Amino acid sequence: MYSISKNNLDSLYQAIAGSYDLFMPIKTAGQTNYGFWKDGDEGDIDTLKTVRSGKDAFFPQVEQLYKVSREFIPADVASGEDAEKAADTALRTKLNITPGKLVDQDFVIFGMRPCDVRAIEVMDNVFLADPVDSYYRSRREHGIVVALACHEPEESCFCTIFGVDPADPSKAKADVATWLVGDRLYWKPISEKGEALTAKISSVFEDAADAESKVEEEKAYIENIAKQLPNAELSLEGWGAGKTDERFDSKVWDKVYKGCLGCGTCTFVCPTCQCYDIKDYTTKDGIQRYRCWDSCMYSDFTLMAGGQNRQTQLQRFRQRFMHKLVYYPTNNDGMFMCVGCGRCVEKCPQSLNIVKVIKAFANEKEVSADV
Amino acid sequence: MCDCSNGRDILVPQVGVITGITQETPDVKTFRVNAPEGGKLFEHMPGQCAMVCIPGVSEGMFSITSSPTNKEYQEFSIKRCGLLTEQLHGLRVGDMVTVRGPYGNNFPVETEFKGKNLLFIAGGIGLAPLRSVINYCLDNRENYGRIDILYGSRSADDLVKLQEIQEVWMKAPNVNVYLTIDREQEGWDGHVGFVPTYLKEIGFSTDCIGIVCGPPIMIKFVLQGLKELGFKDEQIYTTLELRMKCGVGKCGRCNIGSKYVCKDGPVFRFDQIDELPNEY
Amino acid sequence: MQELIDRLKELIADGTIVRAIGWKKGDMPYNPEPAYFTEAEDFDDFVYDGFCGANLSKMMIEAGKLEGKTAVCLKPCDTYSFNQLIREHRVNRENTYIIGVGCRGKLDIEKARKAGIKGIKSISGVEIEGDGDVVFDTIYGEKKMAYKDLMLDRCHVCKGKEHVIYDELIGQSQDTDDADRFEEVRKIEAMTPDERFAYFKTELSKCIRCNACRNVCPACSCRKCVFDNTKFDSQQKANVDSFEEKMFHIIRAFHVAGRCTDCGECSRVCPEGIPLHLFNRKFIKDIDDFYGEFQAGKDPEAQSPLTDFTFEDLEPKDAVGRGDK
Repeated sequence: MYSISKNNLDSLYQAIAGSYDLFMPIKTAGQTNYGFWKDGDEGDIDTLKTVRSGKDAFFPQVEQLYKVSREFIPADVASGEDAEKAADTALRTKLNITPGKLVDQDFVIFGMRPCDVRAIEVMDNVFLADPVDSYYRSRREHGIVVALACHEPEESCFCTIFGVDPADPSKAKADVATWLVGDRLYWKPISEKGEALTAKISSVFEDAADAESKVEEEKAYIENIAKQLPNAELSLEGWGAGKTDERFDSKVWDKVYKGCLGCGTCTFVCPTCQCYDIKDYTTKDGIQRYRCWDSCMYSDFTLMAGGQNRQTQLQRFRQRFMHKLVYYPTNNDGMFMCVGCGRCVEKCPQSLNIVKVIKAFANEKEVSADV
Repeated sequence: MCDCSNGRDILVPQVGVITGITQETPDVKTFRVNAPEGGKLFEHMPGQCAMVCIPGVSEGMFSITSSPTNKEYQEFSIKRCGLLTEQLHGLRVGDMVTVRGPYGNNFPVETEFKGKNLLFIAGGIGLAPLRSVINYCLDNRENYGRIDILYGSRSADDLVKLQEIQEVWMKAPNVNVYLTIDREQEGWDGHVGFVPTYLKEIGFSTDCIGIVCGPPIMIKFVLQGLKELGFKDEQIYTTLELRMKCGVGKCGRCNIGSKYVCKDGPVFRFDQIDELPNEY
Repeated sequence: MQELIDRLKELIADGTIVRAIGWKKGDMPYNPEPAYFTEAEDFDDFVYDGFCGANLSKMMIEAGKLEGKTAVCLKPCDTYSFNQLIREHRVNRENTYIIGVGCRGKLDIEKARKAGIKGIKSISGVEIEGDGDVVFDTIYGEKKMAYKDLMLDRCHVCKGKEHVIYDELIGQSQDTDDADRFEEVRKIEAMTPDERFAYFKTELSKCIRCNACRNVCPACSCRKCVFDNTKFDSQQKANVDSFEEKMFHIIRAFHVAGRCTDCGECSRVCPEGIPLHLFNRKFIKDIDDFYGEFQAGKDPEAQSPLTDFTFEDLEPKDAVGRGDK
C-alpha cells in the first residue's frame, strides 16, 4: 500500500501525466466531468459523481471510424473514347478509405468509482463479444483503471443491489484501488498493469505505516453508510433473464413513462448505455465517418424510410428499461445493465428514473396481491 | 461473420464498384457489385445482408439478392423509397460505393431445408432475399424436393426479375411458378388478386417449408392463410427488417427483446418470432 | 395543497374535467414528476411543494388533443408560456382548465448538493405556504438552508406572481424577485468579444447534446425539429468539432427569440448546469431596447416585435454595428 498527501495530488497527476495520458475528473465551469488532465486543470476527486460517467475513456461520445476521400479519375481521351463518354468518365471518382487510428499508447483513468468500473464489464460484454469492436478493444487494452472508493455515498446511490462494493475498489476489475481518507490518498496496485504504473511513479508516494488500518477503518465507515442508503434494499425481483413476458405487456409502463420528454439525458449520463449511431461529416478534404452516442429515447432512433417499429414514447421508454433489466441479463448470464450509479436519479429533467420504474412494478405487485 | 482477417475493423467497409445496373421495375433497380480489382467482395450465404453506403449520404442494410453460387459478383435489388435509395438509383456503372458484410444469419439451406419441398411466397421487393435462396436451391437442385414459387406485385410492371423468373425458374425441373398482380391490367393474362388470397385458392399441401417475404401486411395475411392450410409456425420462415446502423449487434437499434435482428436475424422461424415482444 | 387536491377531485366528479396534470410525489423528498391524475386514488400521490418546478404548460399540447377537458396546474410564470402556446396555436384553450397555483419560488436540489448536503433522508420546510428554513435530515446529520438560498436562479428574477391566464386560482404567492433580471446579461455585454467567446466556449463545451433544453422548452414546439431532420447534416447527436458545439444553442436561441417567455426551464433541466437562459435573455433585453418593452406570453393577442413591421422599426445597421465594441 502506498500513500500521498491530498495536498500533493497535483504532483501525483503530474507524475502520471509525465508518462501517460491522464483521464480523470476535472472541474470546469462549476461541473466535474472526465477529461484529459493537463497542468493547470482542477482535478476533482472529491465530487462523488461526475456528470457524465467515465465511459468516454473506452467509448467516447464521438470517435472517427474512418475517412473516405474521393479521387478524381481523369478522362482517358487519348485512348479514343468519344466525347460523351469522356465527359461521363470525368465525373467519376475513386473512393479511398483510411481507417481511424487505434489507441496504441497506455493511458490512465484515474478516480473511477466502483460502479463505473463495473460499467466497463457491462460494456465489455457488448463490444468485446464476437465480432470484436477494435476501437473499443484498443482502448481497453491500453487503459489502466485506477479506482477510487466512495468516501460518502449519496442518497441517489444504489450500487450495492447490483453487488458493487463502494467501500472496496480492489474487488472491482480495476488495476489500482485507492481510498481518499481525510487528507491522504491510499494507493494499492491490484493487477500487473497497476504494478507497472505504480513502479513508474513510485517516487511521488510517501511512507504511511498506518495505511492498512486507515483503509480498513474507511471501508467500515463506507459500508455502514451504504447500509443506510434509502435504496439499499431495493428488490430486483421480477427482473432479470427471461422475464420478458412478465414485464413487457404490463400496464405499469403506461403510468411510469408519462412525464418522459424523450430527451437523452439519462442515456448520456449513464455509464452502461452503449447504443450508438454512425454518421457522416463532410469536410473539405473528405468525408469523416464517425460514431457517436445515440439514445433509444430519441424519436428517430428506429426510424426507417418505411416507418418505424417503436412509434410511441411509451415504447421507447419501455425499451430502455427492458433492455437494462431484462434483455441484457438474458444475453449475459443475468448480469444487469445498470450499476446503480444514480446519475439518472439526479439528472432526469422530469425526475423519472430506473429506481422509480423498479418501485412502480414492485408497488403494482403489492396492489394486485392485496386484491 | 465479417471478414476481419485483414485487420480492418468490423465497421470499416470495403470499396465496391457498380459493374451493372438493371432497371427491374419503375422503382426497383438491381445493382451488380464487384471488388475494384475484380471478383466478389466476400462470400455469403442466402438470406444474409450487407451494408451499402454512399459516403456523405448514408449507409443502409440490404439483402444480397444474388446466390452464393454466383462466383462472379454480388447483386442488390433496391427499391427507391428513401434518401439513400434515391441516391443509389442515381448511380451509374463504374461508380463506387462502400460495402461491408455479410451480416446476419441465413436461411438454413444446408440443414433444415435439405431434402425438403420448398414453398416460396413473396410480395413486391420481398423477392430480393428469396431470390438468393431460390437460385441457390436451383443450382443444387438434387438437394431439394419440389419447389413452388408464389410471387405477386402491385402490377405486372412491378414484378422484380420477371425475365429470370420466366426464362430460368419456370423452365427448371420440378418448379412451379405462380404469378399474380393486385389489379387487372391490359396485356396481363395471368392471375389477378392479392397473394394471400391466391395462396388459399391454390391450396398448397403442408408437406413443405414455407418461406415468406414481403410487406408486413402481406406477411400477416399469408401467415394466416398458411395456418388455415394447416401449416405450423415451425415450418414457416421469414425475414425481419428494422433500422440498422452497425450490423453486428452492438448499436442497439434493431434490438427486439433479447435479439438483434442484424445479428440473430434477419431470418426467423415464426415460432421464434412468436417469442419476441410484439415490436417488429 | 389539500385544497388543490380537493378541488381537482371535485372538478372531475362534477364532470368539468376528465383529468388533471400536476405533480406526483417522488421516491426522494425532492423529485416529484409531472403526471396525469384521473382516478380518485391517483391523487393519493399528488404533491405540490417547493420542488414542483417543472413548467407543465407544454404538456397541454398533447393533453389538449385528448377527449374531454384537462385541468393543468400552472404557476404564475407558467401561464406566460401557456399564453404564448395559445398565440402559436399549439394548445387547445377550450379543452384546458387552468388552475393558477400559488408560488413562493421553486427549489433547486443542486443548490443543496453544491452546499455539500448529501445522503438526504427527508426534507421539511418546502411546503407551499410557510416561511421557515428548509431542514434536511441526512445520513450525515441535520442540515439547514434558507429557502431563498435554495431557490432556482430564475425565481430571484421572477416576472411577478400574477397569473396572466387562468380559470381559477388556488393558494397564495409570495414575491421572490430580489435581483435585477438583466444583471447577468449586462456583465456579459461588458466583456470584450474575446472574453465573451471564451466564456460561452467554456460553458457550451460541457454540452452533451441530450436535447433536454429543447424538449422541455415550451417555445420549442415544432412538430419536427430541424435538428431531427435526417435529410440534413443539421441532425446531430454529438459535436463533431468545436465550432459545432455552439451552433445548436445559438440556432435554438434565434428560433425562440421573441417567443421565449424567459421561463428558465432550459437552465433548470441542463444536466451540465449551462446557463442557457442567458442567450434568450440577451434577445429579450435587445428587443426591449430596440423596440420597446415586450414580454412574450403576457398578452396572447400581442404581436411580437420580431414578427411585426412598423416604419419606426430600428434599422439593422443601427442595432448591430459589425465589429463594434
